[in-house]
Amino acid sequence: MSLLTLTRRGILAGGTALALSLGANGAAAQTPPGVLIVGQIAEPKALDPAAVTAVNDFRILMNVYDGLVRYADGTLEVEPALATDWTISEDGLEYTFNLREGVTFHDGSPFNAEAVVFNFERMLNEDHPYHDTGPFPLAFFFSTVDTVEAVDDMTVKFTLSAPFAPFLSNLAYPTGLLVSPAAVEQHGADFGRNPSGTGPFRFVEWRSNEAVVVEANPDYWDGAPELEAVVFRPITDANTRTAEMLAGGIDLMVEVPPVSLSEFEGDQYTVHEQAGPHVWFLILNAKEGPFADKLVRQAANYAVNKEALVNEVLEGTAEVAAGPTPPAFAWAYNEELEPYPYDPDRARELLAEAGVENPEVTFFVTEGGSGMLDPVAMGTAIQADLEAVGFDVTIETYEWNTFLGEVNPGLEGKADMAEMAWMTNDPDTLPFLTLRTAAMPDQGGFNSGYYSNPEVDELLEQARVATDQAERAELYKEMQAIVQEDAPWVFVANWKQNAVTSDAVENFSLQPSFFLLLDDVVKN
Amino acid sequence: MTGYILKRLLSAIPVLLGITVIVFLIMAMIPGDPATAILGSYATPDNVEKLNRDLGLDKPLVAQYFIWLGNMLTGDFGTSFALNRPVLDEVLERFNATLILAGTAFLICSVLGIIAGVVSASRQYGFADKSITFAVLLGISIPSFFLGMMMILFFSVNLRWFPVSGMWPVYGDRNLWVLLNHLTLPALALAVVATGVIARLSRSAMLEVLRQDFIRTARAKGVHERGVIWRHALKAAMVSIIPVLGIQAGFVLSGAVYIEMVFQWPGVGRMLVDAILKRDILLVQGGVVFVAACYVLFNIAVDVAQSLLDPRIKT
Repeated sequence: MSLLTLTRRGILAGGTALALSLGANGAAAQTPPGVLIVGQIAEPKALDPAAVTAVNDFRILMNVYDGLVRYADGTLEVEPALATDWTISEDGLEYTFNLREGVTFHDGSPFNAEAVVFNFERMLNEDHPYHDTGPFPLAFFFSTVDTVEAVDDMTVKFTLSAPFAPFLSNLAYPTGLLVSPAAVEQHGADFGRNPSGTGPFRFVEWRSNEAVVVEANPDYWDGAPELEAVVFRPITDANTRTAEMLAGGIDLMVEVPPVSLSEFEGDQYTVHEQAGPHVWFLILNAKEGPFADKLVRQAANYAVNKEALVNEVLEGTAEVAAGPTPPAFAWAYNEELEPYPYDPDRARELLAEAGVENPEVTFFVTEGGSGMLDPVAMGTAIQADLEAVGFDVTIETYEWNTFLGEVNPGLEGKADMAEMAWMTNDPDTLPFLTLRTAAMPDQGGFNSGYYSNPEVDELLEQARVATDQAERAELYKEMQAIVQEDAPWVFVANWKQNAVTSDAVENFSLQPSFFLLLDDVVKN
Repeated sequence: MTGYILKRLLSAIPVLLGITVIVFLIMAMIPGDPATAILGSYATPDNVEKLNRDLGLDKPLVAQYFIWLGNMLTGDFGTSFALNRPVLDEVLERFNATLILAGTAFLICSVLGIIAGVVSASRQYGFADKSITFAVLLGISIPSFFLGMMMILFFSVNLRWFPVSGMWPVYGDRNLWVLLNHLTLPALALAVVATGVIARLSRSAMLEVLRQDFIRTARAKGVHERGVIWRHALKAAMVSIIPVLGIQAGFVLSGAVYIEMVFQWPGVGRMLVDAILKRDILLVQGGVVFVAACYVLFNIAVDVAQSLLDPRIKT
């Protein structure tokens, strides 16, 4: 028996020793200075800006590539990047860009007008020899581009088929980032795994499901970055991402779940917040059922306690929305709009006035999705608020892709209201795609609630053609006031993007564009 | 024996074909399509139609199925929409990670489970038996993903003994030591439930054997008690323990999905979950077919092993 006991004890001792020594090894793993480790929410699809659609991928791309223009720090206003300046023709159809001299791609090939032409031809021209390196799902951002030509080596001219004021904003969007033609020719369809741009960081390696590593580009035209390298780690589970941040495995964590924010109250962490071009709303079915009546739609806006939603359910990670345009578009936002106050009595009055005391409504809720925040909890709270003033609300819950498949073709015959959220890069995009008469689902738009107001249609058309920003701003402000009064949606929240950094990280700030710009960040 | 193995392998073909049909139909029937998943908010009917054409999803279902099956027979599993790389590369790489995790967990649960079961049975109703039975009950009752999260909180966040997630460190050398460091927590979390099950069943298998005549004979002729239990009884009990091990191997492999999510282990389970959410049809189909094929082969291997151990089983 003694041998067995000894052996058993031996195993136990050996096991403990093993565990301890393994543990000692783990404690030694600290992130090195000069190297920023970013906890991302998913594995990127590709590092080809023309081929991807997810904010998660954009976070890497914006550090590897530049576009002709970019958003100025802390704003959504366009400033020069690889183009030094530009002129727009009187009719708003021709955009001529002068390009920055002396810029080279990371692979050493020169940046010039031919490179710009190559980029847009690749995306838009089905006969281009490298069009098959797609598909390019967001190419329609540039669908109004008729021709792109190199006027001379450092001048490029875009001709549009119709005036399209958001064109410059779209160029600042990741879909407009410029890739190295030489690298595309070399790698073909594998370019997405062998990226080459002109940005502050150049690509080093991509270890599938582990990390994308980029290092500083010392020759960056806008000044070499402070960091030596950045490592983007995909950590899909939000709890695990939080644990990694707490354990020191990552230096920067994006999209902190509201419930985890309290973990980062200590001095060794900084929580960053930034409102972005996001709006969370309820689409109301204005074609049939109780919400066909404007009074009932307004009643719903009064009935929902938006303050409680953003403060209790979302733990302060969002602000109450006043209208269809997020305040992040500072230049186009109507400051005079006040959100519908929480006023259940007023809601009851409006319902009585409309002659419907207890309207029955079907409410589509999703389990989660891009920009949807905490849709189930929010849906339940909204249901309770509406029922408190007399509505009889039935919730139907769908998984995100199924949900989009139900909502995008229109709510008619299925539901009276549905949750929805959008993130856009220009004040034109959301109302143009969701509030115009010509954007009804049967015409290929997203006006799933069938809102129609000729005045709004007219304003949006004018704003699209106007090339003067001040003039566009006035048109958008007028549109917001009308839409708020008509209440085709219940305007609920504008999300504040958040991130946490460790105390080793300095000079980091989030951008209203929701992009992650790391060229000025310092890591000690 | 060769004939038996061949027969079993042949009978696996219709099973695998059935699996391809089922997984293909499921992916075709679930609501939502890859184009909508890729385009998100921008999924206008026009854009969806164009993208479907680019992805080759505009063909009739039957045609899609046979193109897929035909390509697969030539070793071409297609390209993942969401990851933009060949499905087979991704599946093999991920399956390798899962095998390391599940293999380690399986090793842990087999060894610990059998030892616990044998010790328990040899001291029936003694203190060791009672404490093991209690521990087993506890182990079986804790969901592995919850245990995993608690282990992360305690060992990684508070004590900082082990890394929170991943398979390799972001920096530094890749050697066995570093791998074990990353592997310890997920493998233990994954092994706990299976250890409990194996311990329970080993205990009852042993108890049954210990009552048999040849054990009394062995004891009577003066074999040392340790020899009786570990050599005579355990060998006989293995016949009923091995099928349990086979079932638990499958359980560990499927349980790896949760553990891979919690510990962000780059395995095939996490890959499938991500792929389903993104409607990455080819990756889901290829992954499921590959895993199913491994299951089938593994089951055949277990049956063969059993027939080798127990001559009574007809081959």
